[in-house]
Order: sequence, then structure tokens, then C-alpha cells
Amino acid sequence: MNQRIKKLRAQSIDTRPSVSPERALLMTEFYRSDVAQRVSAAVRRALAFQYLLEHKAICISEGELIVGERGPAPRATPTYPEICCHNLKDLKTLHGREKISFAVSEETRRVYQEEMIPFWQGKSIRDRIFSEMSREWIDAYEAGVFTEFMEQRAPGHTVLDDKIYKKGLLDFKEDIKRSIQRLDFFTDPEAYRKQEELKAMEITADALIGYARRHAERSEGLAKKEKNPQRRKELKRIAEICRRVPAHAPQNFWEALQYYWFVHLGVITEFNGWDAFNPGKLDQHLYPFYKKGLEEGTLTTERASELLQAFWVKFNNQSAPPKVGVTAAESSTYTDFVQINTGGVKADGSDAVNELSYLILEVIEEMRLTQPSPSVQISKKTPDRFLKRALQIIKTGFGQPSVFNTDEVVQELLRQGKSMEDARNGGTSGCVETGAFGKEHYKLTGYFNLTKVLELTLNNGVDPATGKRIGLQTGEPAEFGSFDELMAAYKKQLNHLIDIKIKGNNIIERLYAEYLPAPFLSLLISDCIDKGKDYHDGGARYNTSYIQGVGLGSITDCLTAIKYHVFDKKDLTMEEMLRALREDFAGHEELRQRLVNKTPKYGNDDDYADELMRAVFEIFFEAVEGRPNTIGGHHRINLLPTTVHVYFGSVIGATPDGRKAREPLSEGISPVQGADRKGPTAVIKSVAKMDHARTGGTLLNQKFTPHLLATEEGIEKLAHLIRSFFRLDGHHVQFNVVSADTLRDAQKHPEKYRDLIVRVAGYSDYFVDLSSDLQNEIIKRTEHQSF
Amino acid sequence: MKKGVIFDIKRYAIHDGPGIRTAVFFKGCPLRCWWCHNPEGLALQPELVFRESRCLSGCIACIETCPQGALSRAGGLIEINTEECDLCGECARVCPAEALEVIGREMSVGEVLREVEKERIFYDQSEGGVTFTGGEPLMQPEFLGALLDECQARGIHTAVDTCGYAPFEVIDSISDKADLFLYDLKIMDEERHRKYTGASNRAILDNLTKLAEKGSPMVAVRLPLIPGVNDDEDNIIKVAEFIRSLRGIRDISLLPYHRAGSEKYRRLHRAYRLGKTRPPSDHRVEEVTRILEERGLRVKVGG
Repeated sequence: MNQRIKKLRAQSIDTRPSVSPERALLMTEFYRSDVAQRVSAAVRRALAFQYLLEHKAICISEGELIVGERGPAPRATPTYPEICCHNLKDLKTLHGREKISFAVSEETRRVYQEEMIPFWQGKSIRDRIFSEMSREWIDAYEAGVFTEFMEQRAPGHTVLDDKIYKKGLLDFKEDIKRSIQRLDFFTDPEAYRKQEELKAMEITADALIGYARRHAERSEGLAKKEKNPQRRKELKRIAEICRRVPAHAPQNFWEALQYYWFVHLGVITEFNGWDAFNPGKLDQHLYPFYKKGLEEGTLTTERASELLQAFWVKFNNQSAPPKVGVTAAESSTYTDFVQINTGGVKADGSDAVNELSYLILEVIEEMRLTQPSPSVQISKKTPDRFLKRALQIIKTGFGQPSVFNTDEVVQELLRQGKSMEDARNGGTSGCVETGAFGKEHYKLTGYFNLTKVLELTLNNGVDPATGKRIGLQTGEPAEFGSFDELMAAYKKQLNHLIDIKIKGNNIIERLYAEYLPAPFLSLLISDCIDKGKDYHDGGARYNTSYIQGVGLGSITDCLTAIKYHVFDKKDLTMEEMLRALREDFAGHEELRQRLVNKTPKYGNDDDYADELMRAVFEIFFEAVEGRPNTIGGHHRINLLPTTVHVYFGSVIGATPDGRKAREPLSEGISPVQGADRKGPTAVIKSVAKMDHARTGGTLLNQKFTPHLLATEEGIEKLAHLIRSFFRLDGHHVQFNVVSADTLRDAQKHPEKYRDLIVRVAGYSDYFVDLSSDLQNEIIKRTEHQSF
Repeated sequence: MKKGVIFDIKRYAIHDGPGIRTAVFFKGCPLRCWWCHNPEGLALQPELVFRESRCLSGCIACIETCPQGALSRAGGLIEINTEECDLCGECARVCPAEALEVIGREMSVGEVLREVEKERIFYDQSEGGVTFTGGEPLMQPEFLGALLDECQARGIHTAVDTCGYAPFEVIDSISDKADLFLYDLKIMDEERHRKYTGASNRAILDNLTKLAEKGSPMVAVRLPLIPGVNDDEDNIIKVAEFIRSLRGIRDISLLPYHRAGSEKYRRLHRAYRLGKTRPPSDHRVEEVTRILEERGLRVKVGG
């Protein structure tokens, strides 16, 4: 890393994130204007986008090679009041809280109090959502049965393919023109709506070109004042690039990166979509430019590496938009889940690893930033050298990159009906979510608390935390004559609550389609231009809504404990179990220990427990799979938690697996923390008993002590472990390689460990920034030793 | 149906031979090495251990259950009257906190293989297999032989981790069935060997010489490196010279001493005689490596 990058990196890490009112102010000005009242929803959004890009401050930091910030400065984070408007209490919390804080100035608070809050109250999509949702939806939401992604952030998770590297936005405009010419006003009643949408897309294309031009002008201005001739030359070069892209197709490596970056800024300025957008298969997209540059002698490996590092810093400069209410608690991180894919396969199925893939791994290793959050995609054709190189980085203990099974990802996409080519060009985004890059609207709609459903079932539909009836009356559990009766009741309860969730989803989806179209994103995702349809309204080639099951390990162990003790061994009655749960095991410690120690557990390659995992999977899958959404696609399942297993645990009392009230649930598809006692191969065998191909992503966390990976041989064996897991059709695995002792010391002395990065859940974060609950949980995740 | 006494089966064993392996621990050992980190593997018979830290205060499930009346509470501890205890295991079965545990259980060849088979995908992928270790697997030669036959029939790679202290006929017959021997050498001086392991090293050295002459299976020599016991230059040089005298063996693995076993001694109420010994420094391990390499050996640190 050279001096320039060191400085930029330090600036990115050391700057305290703040809330910037700039975007909210401009958005409000525009929404108040006359023109905003006179146009269709799509054009209104396009004009708002244009207004933002015409008026927002331009920032070019000293020494930068890739330019453009979403806010007025690095880590100055905009807000999105049209989606959710922070109230004064939120701003105070953000400013004052110990972890993941955002500086909020007096001025920002004043602007919010006097202008933002009065204007957006009742108008934000969040307010609309809560006013449209049924009583039963609100009750289930408040009880912690599920969360709702779209109440604070727009649908996201989508990823770009290779189209911008071949076409400039002016070419996109030509496509739009052709699509307008094809409109059939005689027989298509949607023709006018389509025309409005296409007009809107065109406006956004011009807006981004204009935004780049403003950067060119600023760069030229800076060049005039610059005394250092080297930097003066650079600034002139940057100006040329900003005049070239995004209007035209990029001609070289630098232009390609800058083009993507403008597009990225466009997407995350238009909306605060979940998971921030990402370039997808960066090593594939950039390789032609890299190769050409080296051949022509216009690029060196060092320069390519420097540009990539500068690009990395840009991602880290953008903190995830601050959230409000419970979402802030469930996902407290600055990280915005930009998962850059490397490796994998090409459209023709051949191995896609190239020299640039290795160079990107080097960048990851050197930069050690929490953002972006890169992954390696491993197919059976991927050379061992690539996997081992990735493991050498993982071994250094900051949780990057995560490891995915390309062959399984392709299977998942094919099962959902994607074409072979689109499936192979797909990959993973966010934490572990599968998608057809550049062609799919896929969104996570909310986490679903599989264990809370059991708690409701064990209380005949009543939430013991509040005494409120949340679910169906499925019978008094003490009267169940067999375990099958309990499972039938659980299934009925789960179906009922999934129905409530899906009904809500299908309303919320319409709210975005009707009130908040996304014309800029529509420009980028096939086939919105061809169809003349918005991304939020089914314009994409594929449209998928996910519900993410959480706590698979916990629910499995709970059901296993009941089956084993109450129905099979009959050494415990259902009444005794329920009493112990009600009393949070106070005075029942012997029983609790028996439940923890003398009961089969998921994660030990024990079919007794693992069969119940499969049973729960089938119930959840059947409840969700194939249910239509409103945009021409379907609901599917995912199994990943981010950090919501902590929140979901906090709303559940004691559980039959011996877990005490309010403690976190298990995360992803990992076993309950500490329940896996037979080592990593047994965990892998257990989790592979699930049919990963019928999900859109599963998340497995493994924790290794550093000494297991100390030698080349240790790395070799870990590579075999991963290959074995992938032969068993596992989807994803990620590793924390840091000793529990180190983590405990970091809890005691956070000041010494400011730079300690650990894997949380599909992303890495600073350990000292995590809540103490989450810290403890990460320590508790089984640390696999072997000697 | 042959049965043997096994005290543990560990999956993802990565320091006991090639690839990902399952380690099957045989109970019983003829030596009494001071540094042994598996003291629970020394006695041939199963034994009952008590973990104080896990015991629930006020819980007397074990005392109530014991058919022999061999258990009693003394303060915070459960006392085991070893005269009365017949190792039936009832107490461990009812102990909710797993504070009582019977170490070692009789297993059939089929039962062991059932566990071993669970890991087949990992052996296939990594060219791994099963390692029979202990304790000392050669102390249960018939059972070991039957296991090796069964593994061979099923195409599972086998390794036998041994101290070499056994009649040569036993080693000879086992060596026909195993794919690899992991053979421990410790101390070259006979008296010193007797002091620290309780037995002469003569048979061990003779057996290794004969095994090397035989030429198959492959033999990998392993040397635990115990500071103050066997890490002196004199011993290391003698080890090197001895291995040089063997036919076809030039590889040696150094296993630096670690203290992971010391806690187990407490649980077993046994004295740990290396209380003050610390693991060798990296520097010392490097020096020893150099001495061995200078004498023409290929050295690997770790199993």
C-alpha cells in the first residue's frame, strides 16, 4: 500500500460517521415544488433524482483517484425521509449511543425539527406501511414473530452484471428510445404508463451524466490551483474520465472503475436499498480492461492494484444509512453488505478464475476494511491454488473473504427457473443471497422467528411475554397425545403467521410500485427498459421475494428435547416442561442441565436431531415456497440471520433446549452455540442434511482457533473440509479465526483492539463496535480445537 | 464378535497422518510417560472421572442411583469409593451436568466402523482415513487386527500410532494389515527411558529396526520434544543416528510438548510430574530441527 492509499484509508477509518441532512433537504425542496405535483410518480422520482445530483455538494478528496461521495464528505451519511423519517429521539440516540454512533449536529436537529418531520409525517413509506397493515400483522410484528425490511429501506440486494462495461448511458438512452417507439397505444392499456416510466429512466440517465460532468468541472478547477505537477496531471486525467464515463462505454481499467462508482452512487442516492448494490463479478468485468492495459503497456499490476485499493476505500466511505427503532437494534453496523464476488464460473460453465482474481485477493488482504465484503466463489473446477490463497487471508482472522459453492448457487438459481446462462452469471450478494446478477429483483422481506412460533404453539397461540393472543388456538400442548400432534400444531401456527407476513408483503410491494418507483435502478436491471416497467413493479426479468428463517438450530433442539424427553423416553411430562419454561428454569437447574447435556442436539451428525431439522425445513419451505408476489414472481426461503437472532432471542422466554429467557437464538443454519461437540466435520454433515438447493442462501459460521491453521498443512486440510462440504451441496461457510481468549481480552480492553475485525453474520465488523450480547455470542460459538 | 475398550473417537483429527482422519483411542498403555497428555488412556479398564466444576450443588442424583452405594458427598465434591464402584456407569447416565463420566467403553468392530464411516466423504476428499491411537492400540492386538481387516475390506486408509512396546510378532502381524505406522521414539538412553516411561527402550528400538527391514508398511517416526527430558543435544543426535541406521526411513516429525493434558490429571486425581515444564520455545524447536536436518533427516514440526 503506498502513501496515497494509506492516507485515504486512514481518513476513511478515522472519520466519525455523521448524519448529513443534505439529501433530506434537497428531497424536501423538490417534493414541495410545483413540478413535483404535476407529474406521474415515475417522472417525479426521476426529477427528484436529477434535482439531487444537480445540487448536492461535489467532493474530491486529496489524492483521490476514484471520485464521488454519496454525502457531502466521506462518511457523511444521508437520510431518506421519503422512506423513513428519523424523529428527534432517533437522532439523539444515534448521536449519543456508545456503539455505531452518528454525529448529529445542532443544525441537523433543527432542520429536522422545523422542516423534515412536519413535512414527512404521514407521507413517508414507513408511515404508510404501518397505517396499511392489519391489526394481526402489527401484533405479530410487535411480538417479534417477524421483521419488515421495507419499512426503513427500499427493496435492495440486487447486483449489477457486465452491461455498463460495454455500453455508455447514451447507449442506454438509445435503447429507451427504441422501447418508446415500440409502444402500442392501440391495444396496450399500459402504454402510457410505460411511456412515463421510460421517460423517467431517460431523465435519470442524463442526470448521472450531468453529475459526472460536475465532477469533471470541479476536477479541472482543482487542477488549476494545484501546485504539484504530478497531481495536476492526475486531476486533469480525472476530469477527462468524468467526461467520458458514464456517458460512453469505458475504454480502460480506470474508466471502468470510475463508471461503476458513479453508477453505484446513483443507485444508493436514489434509494437506501438494502445491501447497497454491488458490482458482482468484479474480476470478470474488469479482466478485459486489465489484460488490454497490460498488453498495451498503459497499465501495470501496481497501478491496477492502487486503483482497486482506491476503489475499496470508496465503499468504506459510505456507512450504512442509520436506521430507527428495532431495526437499529437488530442490525447495528456501519457495514452495508457490499459483497464483491471473485472466482466462480463463466457463462459457458468454465472456470472463471483469472490473474485479476488473485490481485483482488491481495487487495482484500492489504486493505483489511470492513467494506466492501468480498467473497470467493468456489466451483469444483476452481483451482486449489485460488481456494488456498483465500484461506491464507481468512487465516489472518478478519473473516474475509467468505466462501461460496458456485455449483450449488447455480443449482439454486436453475431450480427457481433462471436460464443456464443467467444462473452461471449469477452469484451471491448481501450476506449469502443468491441472485441472477443484473436481471433480478430479489429482496429480503423480513426475518421470521421459527422459535417464537413454537413458543406461541406451546401457549396455545398466546404470547407469554404480553399475555396477548398472537396466533391461532392450536390446542393445549399438555393434551397432545403424540409428538406428531405437536408438529401438526406447529405447522398450523406457522402457516397462519406466514400468511399474515405474505399478505403484508404483497401490500408493501404495491406501495413501492405505486408511490416510489426506481427509474435509475430500472435503467440498469434487465429487462426494465424492454418492458417499459419499473424495477419496483416487475420490470426485472426475475422477481423474487424472500422470507428468511432464523434460529434453525434453536427450533431443532427445542423440538428434539420435547420429542426425546416427553414422548420417547417419557422421563418428563409436558406440564413439567412448561412449568420449568414459565419459571425460566429457576429451581429447575437439574432439568435444564439434562436438556443441555443429555439430549440429542443438531450439529453432531446425529440423525435423531437432524431429522427434526429437516422436518422444520420442510414445514417452513412449504409455507413460503411458490407463493406469488405482486410483480410476477414468487416467495422463496432463505436461512440467514444478520444479527437478528439476538433480537429474536430477546422476545422469547426460556425454551425446551435449556436456553434461558432472552438469550440469543442460534444464527444462520449453525448449531446452537456450544451444542456442537463433535467438531467441524460433524457440523458439516448435519447442516448438509438440509436441501440447500431449495433455498436462496444459507449461512454457516465456523470458528477455528488460529493453531488449527498455523501450518500449510492446516490450510490444506481446511481446503479439503470446504471441498467436502461443497460436495455435500452446502451453500456457504465463513470462518472466524481468532481465539476466544483474544476476544475476551478485547472485551476488557477495547482500546487495545480497535482494529480487531471479526465475522458476524455474512459480513465482518469491528469487534469493539458490537453490542456486548453479540460479543458474548461470538465468543460462545464453538471454537473448534483438534489435537 | 471381538470387542475392545475405546475411550474416545475424535473426528477431524488433522495431526495424526495424512488428510482428514478419525482418531480411535484405545484404552491401556504399557508405558507411563511423564508427559502423557492422555492419562485417561493409560489403564486398560474403564474408569470413572469426576469434574468438580460441572457438579451442581445440591444435586444428589448420582448418589441416589448408585446400586453399590459407592458415592458420597464430601463438601462440594462427590467422592468415589473405588473399592465399591463396579463401573456400571449408572451415575454418569443420570448426572445431568456430565460431571461424572465413565472413560472407556467396550465397543464392537461394527460400532467403531459405524462412527468411522460417518466421515467417509472427508477421507475421500482429502485422502485421509482412520488412525488407531491411544493409549496403545497394540495392547489390544486382536481387536486392532479385526478393525484393520474391516477397514481394508471397505477401502479406508489406516494408520497405527504406537509406542512400539510390544512383542515383535504382534507388530509383525499388525504391520501386514495397516497402511501406515506412526512410531514414537522418545529417549535413546535406556536408563533414562526407564526413568521417564517406566520401561526399557530395547524392544522399541529392535522392533523399529525390524519393521524398517521389512519395508512395509510405511513408517513415520515421531519424536515428542519434552524440555529437560529428551531435548538435549546428546539425545537428539542419538535419535538422528539411530534413524539413519534404519532402512528406508528418513522422515521424522517433532511433536513439541504442550500442557493440554495437565488438567486431565487433576480430574483423574493423579499427580502430574511435569508440573513446572513449559513448552519448548520456537527457537529451541528450530535448533533441534537443525540438528536433525544436519544429519540428513527430513523434519516436520507437528503431527
